[in-house]
Amino acid sequence: MSASTLANSIAPDRDRLRVIDCDIHPAPRSMAELDRWLPERWRQYRREYGIRLRQPFATGHPYPKATPALSRYDSWPPNGGPPGSDLDFMRRQHLDLYDIEFGMLQPLAARGMDERNPGFAEAVSRAVNEWTREEWTSREPRLKAAIAVPGEDAAASVREIERWVGQKDFVQISMVTRALEPLGRQRYWPIYEAAEHYGLPLGLHSLGTSGHPVTGGGWPSFYFEEHQAVAMSLAAMCASFILEGVVERFPRLRIVVIEGGFGWVPALGWRMDGAWKSLKSEVLHLRRKPSEYLRSNFWFTTQPVEEPEQPEHLRTLIDWIGWDRLLFATDYPHWDSDDPRYAFKCRMSDAERRAIFAENARAVYALA
Amino acid sequence: MPVFDIAPIDCDLHPALPGCQALLPYLEPHWREVVTGRGVEDLDLALYPRGAPLTARPDWRPQQGLAGGRLEALREQALEPFGTGIAICNLLFGAPALHNVDMAAALCRAANDWMAREWLDREPRLRAGILVPVEDPGLAVEEIERRAPDRRFVQVLLFGAGETLLGRRVNWPIYEAAQRHGLPIAIHAGSAARHAPTANGWPTYLIEDHVTFAQTFQSQLLSLIGEGVFTKFPRLRVVLLESGFGWVPNFLWRGTKMWRAMRKEIPWVDRSPAEIFREHVRISIQPGDAPADPAEMEALLEMIGCDDLLLFATDYPHWRFDGVAALPPGLPARLHLRVLRENALAIYPRLRETV
Repeated sequence: MSASTLANSIAPDRDRLRVIDCDIHPAPRSMAELDRWLPERWRQYRREYGIRLRQPFATGHPYPKATPALSRYDSWPPNGGPPGSDLDFMRRQHLDLYDIEFGMLQPLAARGMDERNPGFAEAVSRAVNEWTREEWTSREPRLKAAIAVPGEDAAASVREIERWVGQKDFVQISMVTRALEPLGRQRYWPIYEAAEHYGLPLGLHSLGTSGHPVTGGGWPSFYFEEHQAVAMSLAAMCASFILEGVVERFPRLRIVVIEGGFGWVPALGWRMDGAWKSLKSEVLHLRRKPSEYLRSNFWFTTQPVEEPEQPEHLRTLIDWIGWDRLLFATDYPHWDSDDPRYAFKCRMSDAERRAIFAENARAVYALA
Repeated sequence: MPVFDIAPIDCDLHPALPGCQALLPYLEPHWREVVTGRGVEDLDLALYPRGAPLTARPDWRPQQGLAGGRLEALREQALEPFGTGIAICNLLFGAPALHNVDMAAALCRAANDWMAREWLDREPRLRAGILVPVEDPGLAVEEIERRAPDRRFVQVLLFGAGETLLGRRVNWPIYEAAQRHGLPIAIHAGSAARHAPTANGWPTYLIEDHVTFAQTFQSQLLSLIGEGVFTKFPRLRVVLLESGFGWVPNFLWRGTKMWRAMRKEIPWVDRSPAEIFREHVRISIQPGDAPADPAEMEALLEMIGCDDLLLFATDYPHWRFDGVAALPPGLPARLHLRVLRENALAIYPRLRETV
């Protein structure tokens, strides 16, 4: 992407390409910031016990990330607080600099669905949604929210969805991708029924501590491995949605797969189709080739963008996936975030660029 | 009339062991008593239920007995139609998944001896992998040492998911022994079910187990690369069996990108994962999990950038193709000789001894 179409507005306004960023991470300054929206019982619980996940440490990560708060060194707000916690700074450093038309918020700090205590999970999900609206989308119309749901409790999740339906700030539903069970399992289907019914895409950002090792062969030693394994878990998630029959049952469901890259998508289709040839008698609920569901119901955010050895291979890869399937994302403020000016190292036509950087997202999220 | 004008090397086919009972003549008395007295049964890997269509091609499924259970049928169905010169037998026997490592070791010993006696002795075109009790690397090395003098055993056979990721240092004695004996490490689909097949937990269907094993193979490679196995054992080679190869480009790109970012974490990895992969890793062609269109296949192979990668395999008796169409559709003619024969000869030192 040339700087002239993005950072500068040399072209007349109507021709200017403005970016829709499908993955931005706002963060509370601390978990206490959520207290305003927690009932007293859960405020006390938060102070005494905090968020409890399926991992060894009360705070901290078993795979220390590449950087503190897994964020760009330059993204710590000058007035204090962690990266992503200061709206004014985010505007200056990100929204204004790149002329972001819309930004899709994915708060990770408060991951209600991943919490082990179901009551607290529900309360935290609600509080995060209130916080997102009050502190972010109501103050900055470019930012759009996802409805966080306590997904392990499908009925509570539907209640939470229905609480926000019709509020234009909320454009999708977010769940953790590594849940107690693969997301295709039927315990989660009421959520998908509601998503389809209300026309809200699922925005599924790689996240969660399922309790299972991050690979089928056990726990790796290094972040070098874990980072890639988490992306692979999104391929397994897509397989679950397709092969367990979710998209067959809810054909208008739109699933946005966030922060796993997209280089694995064609191979997943080829492998599913190959296995399906000899195992279709097991999944009689499928009426189409598995790869066709992948092509019709899934979209993929681009970060971290693939970097083939020969840049032209990136074009071939996108030809295979479909130019209408990719949604640009920066992952701001994280350490491996993509810069819209430099991320794609291949040539793109103006139409292709507009599709990936804005129009595909506008269509999926029905943004005006 | 064979389908190829040269004798291919089939790198993955599966004689069937008809249960632990068949191993009784090869077991020490104590373990014979265990198998009979405690009713130790078939120990087939759960990835391959005997009745599942994938486990045996319809026209390779006998009226009675197991597909792959008779040498005569294997000759007639897997060797003759392709004019196969050498075929590497990989026994999909789940003994290494037992929690009792002594029992696992005893059954692996017996299974390897059964393979030598019942198959290799009777058919000179056959070779085999050494099945080892991987959960106890010391015992695994003992079995490698015991079997390695028999040059018909050409690789060490591991299954793709066990207690630990394969790169973990506890497993390194296996690689030391394999390198010393010129035995590649073959990793075949198959799980000891110590962990869920995916990071997201247990899927509902068998087809998901098969589909997502592609991710497990990649995790194993990342483990071997990231832990520094190929730095420590530079002559070690790894052959992936039933992994498919459609995922390779993304694996190379992502691995290299993350290596650039995280070299500080794994400073002993002194070359890019793409470079390590192309030198050390080989993959059998069935299943391919690649595009059928020749132009797309050509593009995929260009991305992979390694004409040495692919090894011919029928995966007999699994149902991966029909008739004699064992080469993935679209595989360019310029690669046929390499895939059918030369790549295997290059990667398996012991195969070169007899041709």
